[in-house]
Amino acid sequence: MPVETWLIFILSFMLIGSVAALEMKDLLSAIIAIGVVGLGVSMAFLLLQAPDLAIVQFLFEIFSVVIMVRAFIKRDYHHQTTPSNQIGKTILVIAALGAIFIFSINVFKALPPFGEPLMTTAQYYLDNCAKETGAANIVSSIVLDYRGYDTLGEVTVLFGAILGALTILRIKPGAKPDEEEKS
Amino acid sequence: MKQEPGLTIIAKTVTRISVWLIILYGIYIILHGHLSPGGGFAGGVVIALAFLNVMLTFGHETVTRWLNIDFLHDLEPACGAMYLAVGILGIAVSGSFLANFLNKGTLFNLVSSGNILVLNIIIGIKVAMGLFTVVWALALFRFDDGGEK
Amino acid sequence: MTVYLLCFALLLVGLYGLLVKRDMIRIIIASGIMGYASNLLLILFAYKRGGLYPILEKSKAVGERVMVDPLPQALVLTSIVIELGITAMLVALAIRLFEKNKTFDITKIKRLSG
Repeated sequence: MPVETWLIFILSFMLIGSVAALEMKDLLSAIIAIGVVGLGVSMAFLLLQAPDLAIVQFLFEIFSVVIMVRAFIKRDYHHQTTPSNQIGKTILVIAALGAIFIFSINVFKALPPFGEPLMTTAQYYLDNCAKETGAANIVSSIVLDYRGYDTLGEVTVLFGAILGALTILRIKPGAKPDEEEKS
Repeated sequence: MKQEPGLTIIAKTVTRISVWLIILYGIYIILHGHLSPGGGFAGGVVIALAFLNVMLTFGHETVTRWLNIDFLHDLEPACGAMYLAVGILGIAVSGSFLANFLNKGTLFNLVSSGNILVLNIIIGIKVAMGLFTVVWALALFRFDDGGEK
Repeated sequence: MTVYLLCFALLLVGLYGLLVKRDMIRIIIASGIMGYASNLLLILFAYKRGGLYPILEKSKAVGERVMVDPLPQALVLTSIVIELGITAMLVALAIRLFEKNKTFDITKIKRLSG
């Protein structure tokens, strides 16, 4: 079976899962649904011949689900009810997004068809990677050698995000456990 | 009602044996980043998940006594500074920032491809320590009106 | 082209959740969905029919192997890692706001200080 059939199946499964994750009343089911959507993305990466990305997506998505479940479970959670003046805003947003979708059909027709990328820069990377860097994994050599400066930026962003999360929670890892901050 | 924190004794016994294998698997993924899929990011997350496994099974007071959290939290910006130091060494040796100046070796060896192996190790340690610190802080957080866990 | 349109529809579902929902947790879930959809769209642009994964093997020479485009894979690798940092920080922010206001509803948060 060609790749497109599997991809259409996985993508429709992900669409149903993401609509369910946004609309379900129970919180734990919504978080599990977003976990399943992430696994669907990982399977799609495997089908599209990107095993590096499949590993990274799978592991990071498990970590996100663990963080979300730890933070939100067993709190005093009052279910919200939609008041009646929310319906107008919902219909307006759905109409605007539908219009964007219809205008985007022409845009996607102008791109190269699925399965035939241009590969003008990438052909140089594929041909010269083994002799210039000595690595067998071409994606690793692009991330750490040809485009190492982008990885420096990403290391900085990760550092900033983690430090921001620790500052918001006001936890200092050097303090003793019985001297916690009272806000 | 359980008197001690964490899961049952079966889970604790299995975790005592298997957490070292998970850390070994994470180190394998980091070191073979230039030969097979994986690399620094995937290996770092595996090591962070190994520590998370210990924290879920034994309770977080045990982990705070077992590991030196202050040192692990300081390791993360140290690895960021080491990444910059490798880049500046590239200017000193070869004339451009983050140049690949170590010996490239032969293809398909474990010690090959110069800079890429060193940078993979640095990134792996950084991601592992950063993510584990965030999860530890989320576990330690208490509401001031007496939350649970 | 159907695949591109389905992936774009996933992005629009995430955008709908971000704009309409009032619950903090649904907003975090919607930003996660948008992240998945944009990463998948980039890798869909990079697929070559009949191509293999971009890792060299010992038995074949470099020229014989037809490989998919490796450049978007490197960019998406960075993007996935940054998405996790964003999610961790949003979760910390949501916990703090819940502690102050005792609710996850963003329309009921009116005090700026306290």
